[in-house]
This record gives sequence, structure tokens and C-alpha cells, in this order.
Amino acid sequence: MALPLIVFSGFLLALIAAVIAHVARRATGWLLALLPLGIFAYLVRLIPAIADGQTVVTEIVWVPSLKVNLTFNLDGLALLMALLVSGIGALILIYTSGYMRDDPGIGRLDAYLLFFMASMLGLVLSDNLFTLFIFWELTSISSYLLIGFKYRYQTSRDAALQALLVTAGGGLAMLAGFVLLSASADSATISTIINDNLFSSSSSMYGAVLILILLGAFAKSAQFPFHFWLPNAMEAPTPVSAYLHSATMVKAGIYLLARFTPILGGTTAWTTIVVSIGGLTMLLGAYLAWQKRDLKRILAYATISVLGTIVLLLGIGTELAVEAAMVFLLAHALYKGALFMVAGSVDKAAGTRNIDGLGGLLAKMPVTFVAALVAGLSMAGLPPLLGFIAKELEYDALLHEAGAYPVLVIVALVAANALVGVAAGLVVIKPFFGRKPMLKRDPHESPLSMWLGPLLLAALGLLFGLMPALVDDTLIVPATVAVTGATELEHLALWHGLTVPMGLSVLTIGLAVVVYLLRNRLQVMTKRTTSGRFGPAHFYEWSLDWMLRSADKLTLFLQNGNLRVYLNVIIGTAVLLVGSVFLFYTLPDMTLNTDINDVSVIAAGLSGMIIVAAISATLFRSRLAAIAVLGVIGYSIAILFLLFGAPDLAMTQFSVETLTVVVIVLVIWKLPYFENLTKRGDRIKDVVIAVAAGLLMTLFVLVITATPLTSQITPDIVADSYLIAKGRNVVNVILVDFRGVDTFGEITVLSVAGIGVFVLSRLRSEKRRRPDDDG
Amino acid sequence: MELLLAVVIGVLYATGIYMIMRRSIMKLIIGIGLLAHGADLLIFTLGRIESTKPPIIAAGEESITNYADPVPQALILTAIVIGFGVMAFALVLFRETVRVSDTGDVQEMRLSDR
Repeated sequence: MALPLIVFSGFLLALIAAVIAHVARRATGWLLALLPLGIFAYLVRLIPAIADGQTVVTEIVWVPSLKVNLTFNLDGLALLMALLVSGIGALILIYTSGYMRDDPGIGRLDAYLLFFMASMLGLVLSDNLFTLFIFWELTSISSYLLIGFKYRYQTSRDAALQALLVTAGGGLAMLAGFVLLSASADSATISTIINDNLFSSSSSMYGAVLILILLGAFAKSAQFPFHFWLPNAMEAPTPVSAYLHSATMVKAGIYLLARFTPILGGTTAWTTIVVSIGGLTMLLGAYLAWQKRDLKRILAYATISVLGTIVLLLGIGTELAVEAAMVFLLAHALYKGALFMVAGSVDKAAGTRNIDGLGGLLAKMPVTFVAALVAGLSMAGLPPLLGFIAKELEYDALLHEAGAYPVLVIVALVAANALVGVAAGLVVIKPFFGRKPMLKRDPHESPLSMWLGPLLLAALGLLFGLMPALVDDTLIVPATVAVTGATELEHLALWHGLTVPMGLSVLTIGLAVVVYLLRNRLQVMTKRTTSGRFGPAHFYEWSLDWMLRSADKLTLFLQNGNLRVYLNVIIGTAVLLVGSVFLFYTLPDMTLNTDINDVSVIAAGLSGMIIVAAISATLFRSRLAAIAVLGVIGYSIAILFLLFGAPDLAMTQFSVETLTVVVIVLVIWKLPYFENLTKRGDRIKDVVIAVAAGLLMTLFVLVITATPLTSQITPDIVADSYLIAKGRNVVNVILVDFRGVDTFGEITVLSVAGIGVFVLSRLRSEKRRRPDDDG
Repeated sequence: MELLLAVVIGVLYATGIYMIMRRSIMKLIIGIGLLAHGADLLIFTLGRIESTKPPIIAAGEESITNYADPVPQALILTAIVIGFGVMAFALVLFRETVRVSDTGDVQEMRLSDR
């Protein structure tokens, strides 16, 4: 039961986080961090068992008929992700208490962060397709709330909505893929589908499932052409950017790719799509990153590039490539989380994130600088940091591939890594060195809560770089095994000797240094390419705009306020649908009761009178004549009721008809005269529709009365009427006894109508009321 | 018998629908009245016309045989009364509508939907 507890405790704590913040004030972050720390400690204790090949499984049956169950499964891949989510989560909560010091919104922010953490843990631990989807969308929703945290700003709201529409839209595609997958595999449990080989690439559904699930993964992990939402998401407070939009949530797409590699991976389609999209994103992000001026945007584009690289590696899918992806995922989470927090600290201290307005902070913020330096070295891929090991492994994985395309990919990878290195240089060097520009504030070192997180994450990057054995067999290998099922894996090492990957690393770093030094001159050349007016972001805006305008037009078309159009549509549709069913299905197989021998002279005469009266009512020019004719119809029907054994109806009809005519005559002097307003053509069209509807009703009556009524209700009621209800008039007994509650309802309706009539007939403007108008 | 009543019902529906599709708001009222009559007669006919004997148990008896069906009659009784309520409410509502909008043309009352 520990796994559900891990997931749901976060949701519970999120509910009361605001209350805790109210009481604990500045200690809030430290206090709330105890939960993720506890989860982290629990997960660390499980490392040996998981590394040994065991898994922890808990299933809570939820909706078994729909195959929706809360199945949690902790394997190597889930463990790596869950450790990142809980560990970085704890540091972020602590960082937030410094970043948001004395800000009354801290309770709300912490609540959202915990809500996200719980959703993300649920996402990586879910073994059921549909619960995975639910947690997936919950992370999108928490991301929406967090990006829109400063909801007073239009830009925040727009960015939040954009991120939500893109990621949740991808999520919907993914859901469709899940439905197809679970239908054709006849199971919704991911581990079962994998272990029992329930779905293979030879399935007719493979193509659809692959595309739909990839759409979800690409949208979430900001892959081209969905990448544009991530830089805009930087509107969120910096702790959020560090946590969701670099270290964890954007890795959900990568997690999904890794998780589904055993089911969907290894085919030509998989490799082609995933490698090309990943490669394109990698280059695009790296190309844009170093040209930005805002610290957070530089980091955001670099994140896009790294996500692209990891996707590319998963697309290649060999054991070595997956291992490289896992190392890179860990290294990136550590250094990027640290650098985002550094960016937030710099922003808080100096009042700006623009690298052109920053400089010389080294003396003022030495601890933050150390964190930035160590993390930045890992980002640039320099030894002896984990980022270096990841990069070596990437090159190594590609060099083991045969053929021409690895060469192309290696060239792209070197270029992207070099440009990310330039971005790292900008983030580390620009704010801390150089001359000190005029700043709005006097910068000073951040408090403990704000340098603890970045320093710890950066230090871990260094520690794991120096001693890769710490994470090798414990985290990386189990995660890789969960993805590839491999048994023999290369051990991580800092020094492989003078190998080709080593040479490529040197080339990368050299290239980075050159670009860094020439960046101003290069930027003049590249400026024109990055100011494009086309691209996915513009398409997003255009389609959002188009959707709103079309909805407007459609509403105006359907709901045009013209009563005649509504009636035409409703009645016309009913006539066409019911009429065609009657004509083609019902009527051919039945004989209608057209016997008229039993018609009495009085009945025929009354019917003729009703028909003539009804038609003349439509032709009269006088209101009073039409009302009189309406009365004639009512009395005729009353006599018909009398003839056919319904004296109660007749009496009611007589009195109500009289009342109706009286009421109409009382009101009519305030109402306009009859007018012929409709054009002749429209009138003919209306006659056609009305006559068709009348014919349909006639047919309807004949069809229904052609079959005998076999109801036990009437005999039962009649039998009970006197013996049980003690009434001789069965109709009255039904109204006041058997259906007494209905009659109460009817009385209520009539009373409401009466009150309405009374109020409406007395409705006057206070201003217009004259003294003699009183009462 | 059914054929005759079916034709009457058809005519009442046709004329009622034609009248509620008119632009003059007074004709709308007449249309509602015609439709109400049509509906009453429709329910009555769907209950089948098999006997003309009212469903009333004579004094001294405990039950009756061969009677007109009381269930549709009870329904129609409700319908007649509710129909009156609808008509009365519609009348004052229309009167106020005409007063506020200053027109008796339904076509010119479209702004509420836009």
C-alpha cells in the first residue's frame, strides 16, 4: 500500500498547504518539504531491491468493467523518475520559501507545487493506461495553474492557456492511442502488455497507436512543432520553471517514450519519426538558445534542445543509446534545476534577468556563483561532471551504429551540444563577471533556502561525475533494463582513454569556445532567420483565433433569434426523420384502421366543424373572429368528449374554454392587431411544412391505433377504484388518489403561472407610477 | 372512428404549426391554442375509443365492465388545465413583450438571442 500512499499524500497535503503557510509563515517551505523528503528516503531504501530486478506492485480495483484500475508499479525507470520528482520537489519547496518570502501567495504556490508533485508521481508509477492518462492530464492542469500563477497579467494567462491547450491536446491524442492499444491488446495494464507480448508492430492498429501516443509525448516534451509553449511557460515563477519546465514535467513525454519502447519501439517507423523529430528539436532549441538575452529563455531553449537529444537517443533505441538517454536525463535534471534556481536568485538579487544588464555579481553572490559554475560545467559537458559522461555516452552510442545516418546525427549532435555549451557559458559568465552595470537594487547573497537547492543539485552532478558507480548499477542500469530488457550494459566511467568519443568531446568544447567568442558577430548573421513571421506559434495563434471567430459565426447562424427559423428546423427535422421511418419501415408491413362505418352523424358533424373552424382561424383578418373560432373548436371538442364517455373532460373543457376566451378578450386590447408580415413565398413554404407535419400526426395516430392496447394499468386501477380508494368516479380517483402527487405538481405549476400572470400584469416602472395608480 | 379523429388531429396540428410560424405575435397565441386542442385530442385518441360508457362505478356496484379508458382522461384533464395556465401566462408575457419591444413582429424580437 506504500505506493498509493506516496501518490495521494501529496494531494492531501496540497489541500491544507495554504493553511499551513498561514500558520508556519517563513518555515512553510521547510515544513512542507518533509513530505517529498520522506518519499525520497523511502524510495532510496528501495533502490537495492529494484536494482536486483524486483518491482513493487500495488493494485486497487477501481472500475474493472472499463479496465480502469489504480495499478502502481515501481521498476527501475519509475524509480529514477520518482526520485527526481520527490528529491527536486523537496529542494524546490525550500527554495520557494526564500523566493516568495513575505509574499502572501506562497500558500497557493506551494499547494499547486504539491498537487503537481503528486500528479507526476502518479504518472510515473501508474501501470494502468487510463490512470496514467488521468495523472498525465493532472500534471497539465497543475502546470496551467502554475504558469498562470501571476494571473493578473495577460501574458501569464495566455501562456498558461497555450501550455494547457498544447499539452492537453496531445494528451487527448494519447488517450485515443491508449483506447486503441487496450482494445487490441485486451488489457490496460502496461506491464502485462509488455510481458505477455499482447501488442506487436504487426497489429493493424500499430500505425495509429504509434502516431497518437507519439503526439502526446511530443506535445508534453515540447518537441517540434509543439516546442513553442515551453519558452512562453517561463511566465511562471522561477521555482516552477526549475521544477516543472526543466527537471520533471517536460520529461513526462520522454518517460512515455521510454515506457512504451518495449511495446512500440524498434520498428522503422518508430526510429524514423522519433529520431527525426528529436534531432530537429535538438538543433532548433540549440540554435535559438544562445541568441536569447533573458536568462530563463536561454535555459528554456537549451531545455528544448536537450529534450530533443534524449528523444533522439530513445528513437535510436539501442541499449547504449537508452543508457545514454537515462544518464543525460539525470544529468540534465540536476544541472538545469540548479541553473534555473540560480537564475531566480540572480533575478531576485539584481532585479533583472537580462544578461546585458547583468555583471560582476561574483563578489556579491559567491555561493550562488559556485552553484552556477558547477552546474554550468555539467551543462557544457566538461569533465569531471555527469554532463560530460552523458555526452561521451551519446557519442559512443552513435558510433556503435553502422551506416550513413549516424554520421549525420553525430554532426548534428556535436553542433547542438556545442551551442548548448555556449548557452551555458552565457548563463555562468555574463551575470557574474565583467563590469558591474547600474542596477535598480543593491545585490546581496541569497538566503540559505535559496542557495541550498542549486548548490546541492550542482554538487550531486559533480559527485556522480567523479564517482559514476554511485548511480551506475543503482539507478541507470535498472532504468535502462526496464526500457530495453538488456542484461549486459557498459559501466559508466569518467575516463575511457583516448577514444573517438573523447575526440568528439574535445571538438564540441572547442566549437563552443569559438562560437562564444564570436557570438556577437554571428548573431548579426543569424538575426534575420529568427524573426520569422511563420511557424508553429503563429499557427497556434491563427487557429485559436479562427476557432473563436468560426464559433461566433456558427452561433449566429444557428441561434439567429428568428423564431420561424427555429421552428422550421425543429419541425422539418422531425417530419423528415419520423416521416421517412414511417414511409419506408412501418407502413409497408401494416394495415391501418380506416373503418368509418362506426362514425355517428353527430361526431362527423362536430369533426367537420372543428376542421372548418381551424382552417378559418388561419385565414381571418380579425383577432376577435379568430378567438371566437378557437372557442368554437374548444366547445366542439368538449362535446366530442361527452360523446365518447368522458363527462369530466367535457365539464373541464367547457369551463376552461370559457375562461380562456374571457382572459384573451381582457388582454387583447393591449395586444397588436393581426398583421400579414410574412412574404408570400415564405407563407407557401410554411404551409408545406405545416401540412406535412399535420399529415404526419394523422399517420401517427393511425399507426398507433392499429395495434391493440394491452395495458394492465387501466383494469387494475378500475378494480381498485372503489374497493381500495373508495371512489366511484375512476377519473377523479386517479387524479386525487393514484396520481395524487402529480396533481400536487400541477397545482404548483398553475400557482406559479398565476403568480407570474399577476406580477407581469402589475409590472410598471417606479418612475412612471402616478399617485392615483396605487393599488 | 379513428380515421375521423386522426384527420381532425392532423388539421389542428397543421393549422397550429402554421400559426406559430407567423410573424404577428397575436397569431402565435392562436397557434398555441390550436396546438393545445390538438394535443388533448391526440392523447384521447391514443387511449383507443372502444366504449362510450363513462368510467363511473354505479351506486351499489363494486366495479364496472366495458368502460371508456379513464387513464388518458386523467392525463387530458391535467393537460387542459395546464394548457390554460400556459395560455394565460403567454398572454400577459406577450403583452409585456409588445410593450417593452414596441413591436408585434416576432422577427424584430431577435436581439435577445444575439
